[in-house]
Amino acid sequence: MLDKIAKHFDFQQKALGLRAYRTEVLSSNIANSDTPYHKAVDFDFKDAMTRAIGESQSSMAMDKTHQTHLDGFAEQADKDFKLQYRNEVQPSIDGNTVDMDLERSAFADNALKYQSTLTFLNRRISGLSDAIKG
Amino acid sequence: MSLSKVFDIAGAGMTAQSMRLNVVSSNIANVDSAVSSNGEPYKGKKVVFTAIPINKETPQVATVRVTAVVEDQSPARMVYDPKHPMADAKGYVTMPNINPVEEMTDMISSARSYQTNVEMMNTAKSLLQKTLSIGQQ
Repeated sequence: MLDKIAKHFDFQQKALGLRAYRTEVLSSNIANSDTPYHKAVDFDFKDAMTRAIGESQSSMAMDKTHQTHLDGFAEQADKDFKLQYRNEVQPSIDGNTVDMDLERSAFADNALKYQSTLTFLNRRISGLSDAIKG
Repeated sequence: MSLSKVFDIAGAGMTAQSMRLNVVSSNIANVDSAVSSNGEPYKGKKVVFTAIPINKETPQVATVRVTAVVEDQSPARMVYDPKHPMADAKGYVTMPNINPVEEMTDMISSARSYQTNVEMMNTAKSLLQKTLSIGQQ
């Protein structure tokens, strides 16, 4: 029963975790905008989210009862995602690849999506409590 | 908690940028100091920023720290002023190797970076506050 409630929030919980981590990564880029040789990094949110969901649903994966059975998507999902270096728009002489416009817009976008996810989560919680209270 | 790490990162960024601002203001204030505390003409100073990784797994995600303040080794500015007490035999005074225009642009740049760090911290703060109120109607 309780694990069903937990699963009900699973998607939003994973999304919030990833959004919070992306905030950290982007803030590191912005804080190091004047550090020589610092390379800006980011990760593919869609890819990371797909992997995160894949992890949680691996218990739902189909059983392999024969050696020639193929892997489902859940098994293929790698447990971890990689931080990737950004392609530089305008190369600078100190080897720094942080593009302030790009990073700041990504940061604002990420913060907004974090808040949207919070709203969705709150709606789920209130929907559930409505169902309980009747 | 990733969001609270944003406070560390932005805080480190603010400290680093304010140190840079300090050095810039010292340079601008001493643009005409023919003698500094060691008897030599004042030399322009620059900060060295270094990225300090937060954890070993992802060294690309880093906070920032000023690891050194170095002296500008470019040649001094020679000003012809025979009446100056520090003038040499030919009447030239050795003045600091500071370019005020460069220092002013450095000042603007560090002030802007400081502001960005403050905004980042404010964003993280409001996100955390909203996260704390999950499930409260």
